[in-house]
Amino acid sequence: MPIELKMPALSPTMEEGTLAKWLVKEGDTVKSGDLLAEIETDKATMEFEAIDEGVVSQILVAEGTDGVKVGTVIAVISGEGEDASAKAAPAPAAKEEAKAAEPQDVTPAKAGAASQSAPTPAAPTSAGATEKAAPATAASGERIKASPLAKRLAAERGIDLATIIGTGPGGRIVKDDLDGAPANAAAPAAAAAPAAAAAVPASAPAAAGPIPDFGIPHEDTKLNGMRKTIARRLTQSMQEAPHIYLTVDIRLDALLKLRGELNASLESRGVKLSVNDMLIKALAVALERVPACNVSFGGDVMRQYSRADISVAVSIPGGLITPIITDAGGKSMSKISTEMAELAAKAKEGKLQPNEYQGGTASISNMGMMGIKQFTAVINPPQAMIMAIGAGEKRPYIVDDALAIATVMSATGSFDHRAIDGADGALLMKTFKELVESPLGLVA
Amino acid sequence: MADTNYDLIVLGSGPGGYVAAIRAAQLGLKTAIVEREHLGGICLNWGCIPTKALLRSAEIYHYMQHAGDYGLIAQQISADIDAVVKRSRGVAKQLSQGVAFLMKKHKITVHMGEGKLTAPGKMEVKGEKGTESLSAKNIIVATGARARDLPFAPADGKRIWTYRHALVPPELPKKLLVIGSGAIGIEFASFYSDMGADVTVVEMLDRLVPVEDADVSAFLEKQLKKQGMTIFTGAGVEELKATANGVTAKIKTKDGKSESAEFSHAIVAIGIVPNTENIGLEALGVKTTKGHIDTDAMCRTNVPGIWAIGDVTAPPWLAHKAMHESVISVEAIAGNHPHAMDVRNIPGCTYCRPQIASVGLTEAKAKELGYEVKAGTFPFIGNGKAIALGESEGFTKTVFDAKTGELLGAHMIGAEVTELIQGYTIGKTAELVEDDFIGTVFPHPTLSETMHEGVLAAFGRPLHI
Repeated sequence: MPIELKMPALSPTMEEGTLAKWLVKEGDTVKSGDLLAEIETDKATMEFEAIDEGVVSQILVAEGTDGVKVGTVIAVISGEGEDASAKAAPAPAAKEEAKAAEPQDVTPAKAGAASQSAPTPAAPTSAGATEKAAPATAASGERIKASPLAKRLAAERGIDLATIIGTGPGGRIVKDDLDGAPANAAAPAAAAAPAAAAAVPASAPAAAGPIPDFGIPHEDTKLNGMRKTIARRLTQSMQEAPHIYLTVDIRLDALLKLRGELNASLESRGVKLSVNDMLIKALAVALERVPACNVSFGGDVMRQYSRADISVAVSIPGGLITPIITDAGGKSMSKISTEMAELAAKAKEGKLQPNEYQGGTASISNMGMMGIKQFTAVINPPQAMIMAIGAGEKRPYIVDDALAIATVMSATGSFDHRAIDGADGALLMKTFKELVESPLGLVA
Repeated sequence: MADTNYDLIVLGSGPGGYVAAIRAAQLGLKTAIVEREHLGGICLNWGCIPTKALLRSAEIYHYMQHAGDYGLIAQQISADIDAVVKRSRGVAKQLSQGVAFLMKKHKITVHMGEGKLTAPGKMEVKGEKGTESLSAKNIIVATGARARDLPFAPADGKRIWTYRHALVPPELPKKLLVIGSGAIGIEFASFYSDMGADVTVVEMLDRLVPVEDADVSAFLEKQLKKQGMTIFTGAGVEELKATANGVTAKIKTKDGKSESAEFSHAIVAIGIVPNTENIGLEALGVKTTKGHIDTDAMCRTNVPGIWAIGDVTAPPWLAHKAMHESVISVEAIAGNHPHAMDVRNIPGCTYCRPQIASVGLTEAKAKELGYEVKAGTFPFIGNGKAIALGESEGFTKTVFDAKTGELLGAHMIGAEVTELIQGYTIGKTAELVEDDFIGTVFPHPTLSETMHEGVLAAFGRPLHI
């Protein structure tokens, strides 16, 4: 019996994915446990293993195809000894399914065309408005889930749904997600002149237009899901959240000394604290002490978190991901260290589960190991602050009114100024500095 | 000594508590449930379910008395209140046993006794066999609520009843006073009226079922008066005294006059009091508002590791709200990221005759909140199925935001509307707009067609009227 291999659902909410790479070719014999393909979702790349034995008789979805719906037949495996005729048999059915998947691939192009030829003003209510939302969402090349009401409101207010993070079931954009979202500068095209065809491309900020070709030798690589998500979220953050940046210099000598002592005593348990583990704890404790900075801005509501969950930026091949230390303020540094090691390892393998990287109340990003002296980071919405950590380095420093040498790092907090006042941000930076410079508070 | 260290302890086994325990077990948490009385709590034993059993008897009795309307002959009709109550108790018992089975099936340990929090993560249970000490990382408080007494006339179970006494009446009241016209008061008024009692309802606010849309209140009052009830709104009971043969009440009416009246029995249904005493909340510093425990969107209290759901927390005090919260809280405890519940999308049902069901904002509330409203009403008399059933009294009303087409509220009164409201609830939860409702095909002939027409009516285009 030929076996149809279907696009697997790699997470409970996954609806479609990119068939990033085939690891087998037609004619290969596979057995249970062999790796067949790499499937990519918006955040992670996962391996697809064979469950059955047989010969790969047909590959129906080419590698690099994105938007492959869960359940679509992607290949056919024939049992051992099955002949060519048996192999041909499933083809029509399978082909049909593959075909059904095809329109998926062409949707963006079609929608793009439609959006250019549909510059008519949005009717104030009812019918037409819902349809009009469609091109705007499809233009960015991804299917965006939104409730009928959210689609209508977005069309009326000129909000590009591609810039909105959905909080409904399965990431669906619901009405409340639109509250506080800025109307797109270009989108009032709907309300403005009907001849605004040229304005349409600008209405999708996440989807930057085609790059002009100046004859420079080049190669274009298609974006993976993670890169698209990074682009969309960072664009949203910089456009929506007015950032303010506050920098402090922090003396590290006491923290480094404590780290040495702790590590000496933790060695038997196989735990080795990094400076970053300690800074995660310090940020969480600082947020608990300055709750005004442990918030999210929600348009007409301010969300005050009663726990500090720290998203830690981890660089991985092809992008960046932010696994979360839940309740970092309530955890010991050794626990943070162990969890961080596990999360980072999973992140590097692309095996983080969505609940391990979605959420968080604030972020920390450390580029010290690259020798970066100081930098500003982009807030990770809907969080309202991120701490950017520079390199700890020996600097001339005034100690007791005398010039001395101290190990000092610069830390810069980026704050969403809609949610956090400058004075509260400054208080957080001061608290963070004090915690790091007198680090016994982190152990208590 | 059994292992009494759990991942989760649920205090109270009502619809919130037992569902929490099941979901926790499904998610692999080692779970215990603590109950002082009956598995299933008030809902199954003394609330939702046994009242529905009573009301079903009343409904059939009502049909038998009106058999002639349907061309049928029923003679020598009478009611045996003891048998009616016995059936109701049997239904409650069956469901309580069902909960016991579900606990067993999911390997949830049941500790019968009075549970008390002694420290974060610690609970003592005083049962018949002595005191047990349990511990768990997380504890969900689901202790529910009880009836509020009139301060000057506490229920005695003989002449002055709460819902609990009214469920197992020693005799059928001849002349019944019902104080309070919320869901509980009106359901008992309806039951006893249909069983033959002469019923008077006194409501402090200016209309019956005050949480419902004003149109529903007005319609209900007309129907109940037609059924023979006496209704006082904007009125209060100033005195209530039990006597050997009944109760004497002094009722202050809308126009400020006080009048005395005699009744055989009185039911007090003026609200609920949360069960927050003697379970150790004060010592742990759990915050409350008007006695009800404060929680966040994930049902966390201010004390880490202590969660609260259902009637012991903020309103609405409905079993289905408690059940939904139970799942949210347990998912959050298990480290998942559940979606918070939107109170605007919790339906409410009252099983009087005619039934009442609603979800979302009333027309008046929507206007008060500043919405520009489009509202419309479609009467059951325009619905073929309602006429065929002989149930042509009722209506469906919808309230939309004129600007966005969002369904703000839906209000129904009439036969079987409690089974219909979920259609609007799904639509509202999914944020459908008027075009989606208008574009939906409703089966003919059904009462649900009034839901379609109710939307059309809001936009000035009903078909069958």
